[in-house]
Amino acid sequence: METLTQEPHSGASAQKKFDAFGFLARFAPLIFLIVVMGGFAVFQPRFLTPLNLFNVLRQVSIYGLLAVGMTFVILTAGIDLSIGSLVAFAGLAAAAVSKGGLSNRFTVGTAEFAASNPWYLAALAAIGVGVAGGLLQGLAITRLKVPPFVVTLGGMSAFRGAALLFAAGGPISGFEPNFVWIGQGKIFDQVPVPVVIFLAFAILAHVTLRYTRYGRQVYAVGGNPEAARLSGLNVRSVITSVYVIMGFFAGLGAFVLSARLASAEAVAGTGYELTVIASVVIGGTSLFGGVGTIFGTVIGTILIGVLLNGLVLMNVSTYIQQIIIGIIIVLAVAFDTFAKSRQRIG
Amino acid sequence: MEPLLRMSLIRKRFPGVQALDDAGLEMLPGEIHALLGENGAGKSTLIKILSGAQQPDSGTIEFGGQTVVMVSPHDAQRRGIATIYQEFTLAPNMTIAENVFIGREPGVGFFVDWRKMASETRAITKRLGLELQPMAIVRGLSVAEQQMVEIARALSMKSRLIVMDEPTSALSSAEVEKLFRIARELKAHGLSIIFVTHRLEEVMQICDRYTVLRDGRLVGSGAIADITIDGIIRLMVGREVKALFAHREREIAGDVVLRVEGLNRQGNAQDQNATVLADVGFEVRRGEILGVAGLVGAGRTEMARAVFGADAFDSGRVIINGREVHIRSPQDAIRNGIGLVPEDRKQQALFLALAVRINLSMASHRQILRWVVFIDETAERAMVEEYQQKLNIRMASPEQLIASLSGGNQQKVTLARWLALRPKVLIVDEPTRGIDIGAKVEVHNLLFEMAETGIAVVAISSELPEVLAISDRIITMREGRVTGEIKREDATEEILMSMMTLKTKQL
Repeated sequence: METLTQEPHSGASAQKKFDAFGFLARFAPLIFLIVVMGGFAVFQPRFLTPLNLFNVLRQVSIYGLLAVGMTFVILTAGIDLSIGSLVAFAGLAAAAVSKGGLSNRFTVGTAEFAASNPWYLAALAAIGVGVAGGLLQGLAITRLKVPPFVVTLGGMSAFRGAALLFAAGGPISGFEPNFVWIGQGKIFDQVPVPVVIFLAFAILAHVTLRYTRYGRQVYAVGGNPEAARLSGLNVRSVITSVYVIMGFFAGLGAFVLSARLASAEAVAGTGYELTVIASVVIGGTSLFGGVGTIFGTVIGTILIGVLLNGLVLMNVSTYIQQIIIGIIIVLAVAFDTFAKSRQRIG
Repeated sequence: MEPLLRMSLIRKRFPGVQALDDAGLEMLPGEIHALLGENGAGKSTLIKILSGAQQPDSGTIEFGGQTVVMVSPHDAQRRGIATIYQEFTLAPNMTIAENVFIGREPGVGFFVDWRKMASETRAITKRLGLELQPMAIVRGLSVAEQQMVEIARALSMKSRLIVMDEPTSALSSAEVEKLFRIARELKAHGLSIIFVTHRLEEVMQICDRYTVLRDGRLVGSGAIADITIDGIIRLMVGREVKALFAHREREIAGDVVLRVEGLNRQGNAQDQNATVLADVGFEVRRGEILGVAGLVGAGRTEMARAVFGADAFDSGRVIINGREVHIRSPQDAIRNGIGLVPEDRKQQALFLALAVRINLSMASHRQILRWVVFIDETAERAMVEEYQQKLNIRMASPEQLIASLSGGNQQKVTLARWLALRPKVLIVDEPTRGIDIGAKVEVHNLLFEMAETGIAVVAISSELPEVLAISDRIITMREGRVTGEIKREDATEEILMSMMTLKTKQL
């Protein structure tokens, strides 16, 4: 009874009053990013050079692509732990297609490129594997009604196994130059290609979530699945679709990763899920679903990249880096929970 | 004889509503007492206060001759008051014995004396005349057996008073007989029992005395032997007719838009064999408001959800404008022009983290699409503005979060969501629950206006004055069945109450 009766807010005055907490909650990731960058700039002048900044962006672009996909999943209150394994499997698929088959796996040098397939077929193979993997998991979640955590934990193991099986003989390396350019090249001699791909897809995802009917449905299903169903939305297909989108980005990320390393191996992508989920959550997307933006995810991704880069420049050991990242993840979720409880009371 | 329990001048206020206003209850040792009242009369609040789950704002409780303050449910149990709620509080994956002794396991230090626990449980169940294995897992028991475990737990705590909230609502008639036999047995041993119930025949059969609450006040109490069912009903509803809820006379000569025939559904989440809907049938005409009255749990919401495709049903036909339609999901229902405003706004209708504008247009994206996939926000804003004016939705801005609107304005947004779809049939389930009196009148007027535009409205409400004010025709439901149909002008609260509470079809 008491939850239903709510005193009407006098809307006009609520609008005028500056809500400092709301402002902070909304822009916390960006503010934090600026503070951290300022801090590093003071202690380490090398940090603010364009070269270093593009370097940071290049490092985060693959995490960033995955985080864009993960934002869709977490917006529906889901989670995908399988992406690291899926990246490995899809990367191997891209590599094998690029090389024109597994028999050419160890061939290196220009003479051998005759057998290879063009880069876009490699990309298609990686994305195809990713989408198929995502669809499989999405169907398991919506049709078998197994929680996403469990399904994708299974996927994490199964896709890793598939990758190991596929790459029984070890890594595949030595790709044709056009493929490698996608990972290592620069546009205008300045901007790394993976950064362009990351930002382009981030903008596409932002437009999808913000301006399309589908985007509305993602927020609605994440915010209140029962109300979404009673409003005539097809909740199951929306949930399935976000895992397909996640799979698409895992495939795309895998393709770019193989190109950047000029190699694909079955142990690639290990532990990616953690960094990616952290980026999304730090960017303000709620693990409870229904709240979050791509903009936040991009900031969150860059924030983690900047932190790692700055800590490296300051000669902090990688072990301590891991501890710091871990603490930040917990604090970000604590902040999210706190903001949510405040919203309930307010 | 000294009374066992005397609650007097109990007051309790929740934000926006005075739940109890000088309520009281008095009973003797070894008595079976009926606590009666309409939905929302304050029965639940009173027993929550008695069981220590809530604290009264003022008033006194005397138990066993002492004035007591129950600070928590544990405190109440310690004093000998056990409460058995409709939703049992058993741990389903534990044994009967563990549930009976939960939190009070016999044993030495850290270790549980299983043998003692089992033998004491067996002793109690035997006293109840039951054949239950103490080591059986609770999950596998029937509803009636689980209720017995709750009673066994109450006995093991040496309770002197057992409060049972709607104990018979989920039981078959044979199980009810068994429960009553046990209740008489306990009474013979000097225990007292409070039954909170809607079933007046059962009250006449088992109870010694009664207390009736209305609008949070004590309006009558006495011996069952001195009163009739009609007398109880008069006490339950006997308020002056509120002129505030005015009926609006309209001519209804439309064709039948919605016809439901033979709707059946067996089984709910708790019990696979429960009869949820049994041969439910009715029809609604264009421009008509059909009121659906019934007590909580009568199957009204289940009927609405079945027609709307939100829950599956076993058999039955839904006919729209003379053509049978097959509805398996809310999408099917919407495609056929049926809308549903669900009973629980926050859980089932609103997206609290989203803006008013986005909430309002959620069901009608198709009308505001541009370039196939994009939402045309200009058209959307125009839609919001149109309904803001039509329904007089008070808000600072369409971009405001819906959570920050009052309940009445939230409900108007939910109504607007469906009006934007131009439905043929709109089912509204408790359309004015939890909103203040002024907004209630506004919602009533909106329902009249909707009917005037030709929509066939099905209005479910637990408030009889509301049903009488808005309906052109009323059906009553009880235990998943339609128990009667009556024209508004022939109906009174007393007539409706007897149609809702008695098994036999009246009139």
